[in-house]
Amino acid sequence: MASLILMPALSPTMTEGTLARWVKTAGEAVSAGDVIAEIETDKATMEVEAVDEGVIGKTLVAEGTQNIAVNTPIAVLLTEGENASAADTVTRSADPAAGASVAIETPADLGIVEAPEVAQAENDRDWGETSDITVRQALRDAMAAELRRDEDVFLIGEEVAQYQGAYKVSQGLLDEFGEKRVIDTPITEHGFTGMAVGAALTGLKPIVEFMTMNFSLQAVDHIINSAAKTLYMSGGQMGCPIVFRGPNGAAARVGAQHSQCFASWFAHIPGLKVVAPWSSADAKGLLRAAICDPNPVIVLENEILYGQKFPCPVDEDFILPIGRAKIEREGTDVTLVAFSIMVGVALEAAALLAEEGISAEVINLRSIRPLDTETIVRSVKKTNRIVSVEEGWPVAGIGAEICTVAVEQAFDWLDAPPARVCGLDLPMPYAANLEKLALPKPEWVVDAVRKQLRD
Amino acid sequence: MDETPSASGRSNGPALSPETMKRAYRDMLLVRRFEEKAGQLYGMGLIGGFCHLYIGQEAVVVGIGLNMKQGDKSITSYRDHGQMLVAGMTPRGVMAELTGRSGGYSRGKGGSMHMFSREKEFYGGHGIVGAQVALGTGLAFANKYRGTDEVSIVYFGEGASAQGQVYESFNLAALHKLPCIYVIENNRYGMGTSIERASASKDLSRNGEPWGIASRKVDGMDIFAVHEAAQEAMEYCRAGKGPFLLEMETYRYRGHSMSDPAKYRQRSEVEEMRRTRDPIETLKAEMLRSGIEESVFKDIETDVKAIVADATEFAQTSPEPDHSELWTDILVEA
Repeated sequence: MASLILMPALSPTMTEGTLARWVKTAGEAVSAGDVIAEIETDKATMEVEAVDEGVIGKTLVAEGTQNIAVNTPIAVLLTEGENASAADTVTRSADPAAGASVAIETPADLGIVEAPEVAQAENDRDWGETSDITVRQALRDAMAAELRRDEDVFLIGEEVAQYQGAYKVSQGLLDEFGEKRVIDTPITEHGFTGMAVGAALTGLKPIVEFMTMNFSLQAVDHIINSAAKTLYMSGGQMGCPIVFRGPNGAAARVGAQHSQCFASWFAHIPGLKVVAPWSSADAKGLLRAAICDPNPVIVLENEILYGQKFPCPVDEDFILPIGRAKIEREGTDVTLVAFSIMVGVALEAAALLAEEGISAEVINLRSIRPLDTETIVRSVKKTNRIVSVEEGWPVAGIGAEICTVAVEQAFDWLDAPPARVCGLDLPMPYAANLEKLALPKPEWVVDAVRKQLRD
Repeated sequence: MDETPSASGRSNGPALSPETMKRAYRDMLLVRRFEEKAGQLYGMGLIGGFCHLYIGQEAVVVGIGLNMKQGDKSITSYRDHGQMLVAGMTPRGVMAELTGRSGGYSRGKGGSMHMFSREKEFYGGHGIVGAQVALGTGLAFANKYRGTDEVSIVYFGEGASAQGQVYESFNLAALHKLPCIYVIENNRYGMGTSIERASASKDLSRNGEPWGIASRKVDGMDIFAVHEAAQEAMEYCRAGKGPFLLEMETYRYRGHSMSDPAKYRQRSEVEEMRRTRDPIETLKAEMLRSGIEESVFKDIETDVKAIVADATEFAQTSPEPDHSELWTDILVEA
């Protein structure tokens, strides 16, 4: 039966084109793959190939015709043996549906993905007896507990096994779990991260240690494009239960390439969760939660905190919910929001402020994505002021997000513009004095609060 | 696996039974007709964005597929429709994903470049050149971790062979003796850049040598050669000897994607390949020589056309995803 050859779309953006030249004319036989015409698209001159065999009955547009809309009939194709007169009677079937038009709907909100409801009670649960352990020990214990509990969990990274961890976080794990599950890699972040993500897509639960998060940049494509997006792109078929962890932020005197905070990089990505523990309890509870979570979770640790001791519940089942902040110190005059090592800075600032009779509430975020906006907003409504404290750079940083949350959700309660205390907007210098100048200190926080109270 | 002696008089290929040849012919024709239809639907505006067709390369994926068994995993780049059909994914589900409909494998959220099937152990469908090589190495890692004899097939182009992570993966796979078959589909052009202009290594089959990776260079337009090489590679991997590299010399007839005017090669080069090396015609000639009757091909053609027509109908009538789908599958509910 005679059929119409339609003006084809030959690029993702083409809506119309010019018929530059007919290569085949009426009466000529064509088979699939033969070039029948040349078309100028918005990008290039393209050849149009026949998709069926037959004979060109007649052409419907002349060479040189411009602005021919996609799907306009341009020729009639006769099947073999069909009379040329059939070309005059062919009718066009209905326009193919090129995707239903979408009514313009303004989204009710930004739809920022939040963690599943976590009961406040779960976050505030009293786990009983504690003992003082280092953050390093807490992280190790968390991994050991999950390696014991679940055969699918394994640890992979540079120097994690025989060397016992570049920062000794994986001390003793090789001895207990063997080389099948505690795996040293060559210095090959892109490769081993991709390999771990591939393994996670099959259901295994890798813990990928980056010697420092700086080196995660070598592998960032796999973290974002492979780990975070596959669940969505597969229509929910393939989750990626994986943990990426390692020390983040500035250590001491290690220069620009080894001193930076990646919280805002990773927090930007839907499909990832990001946690940043401060204390030993944070470290143990959040890392266990990260390993148990069926999604990719980034655990931003801190080298300077590794050796610090904090009380940590001894209960073997101790775990913390991802997506809940903790109020480390209650106050009434200003809310200080911080994560990781900056929680300590905020607490020091709160102590200094107390000497001046200013009562600061300190929120330890614990989780960066999802962000516990509920706790932040509730606090701001009480104190009417907010200062975010982070070690990372100011532009498009976590502080920007926190201040926005306060403005969007507690504008009428604010007595002063939200303020940010951040690391200075420059690559980290090596010199001891310059480095000291670049990182937030309690005094900066105190000054920010004083300014809010003065204005 | 084919164990029946060949009825064909072919001397330079392995034995393939008439039944296996019919299956191979049918599978290659399905991929060909499916892709032709996809090209047509793209022209009609029913498929959008990027769409990379497999036409010309059918012998590679079909020849390897003949040797795969239940549980074997596969992964590839964005030229992926052929791999999916050979993995056993339904033409309906694949075509409906191409048209962005709810009946598609990713419920319309992946598109041509991003389809997956947990059931068929097909792991995508990846849009970043070379990424699937490291991921595929991870699939092989999982096979070994779980102690199975399953193999992972990792497809990538000669263009991806320039990516650093390919060699990081080779090193890891060789180090851990992972059951991984790396298949370089060398179709001569990485988008518009010919292999001569992109690779100082002129023999890609030797690119695994520094890691001691066993390899073969294969005529990827010849299903018999592909089948034989794949059989060797599979046996090697299943025996726990480590990864295997197959360089398939193949050719794509169409542009890199639908919007590629393909000015970097002479049309005569394409025509010459179609005329003298076409994988489907080559197999058909062999089958005819072995005594298979012409009517068999007509039946297969009719059958395949019906499957593609059914998939096309489904892909146009399956509804677009519900707006609520925008917000599903971002995170797994813990």
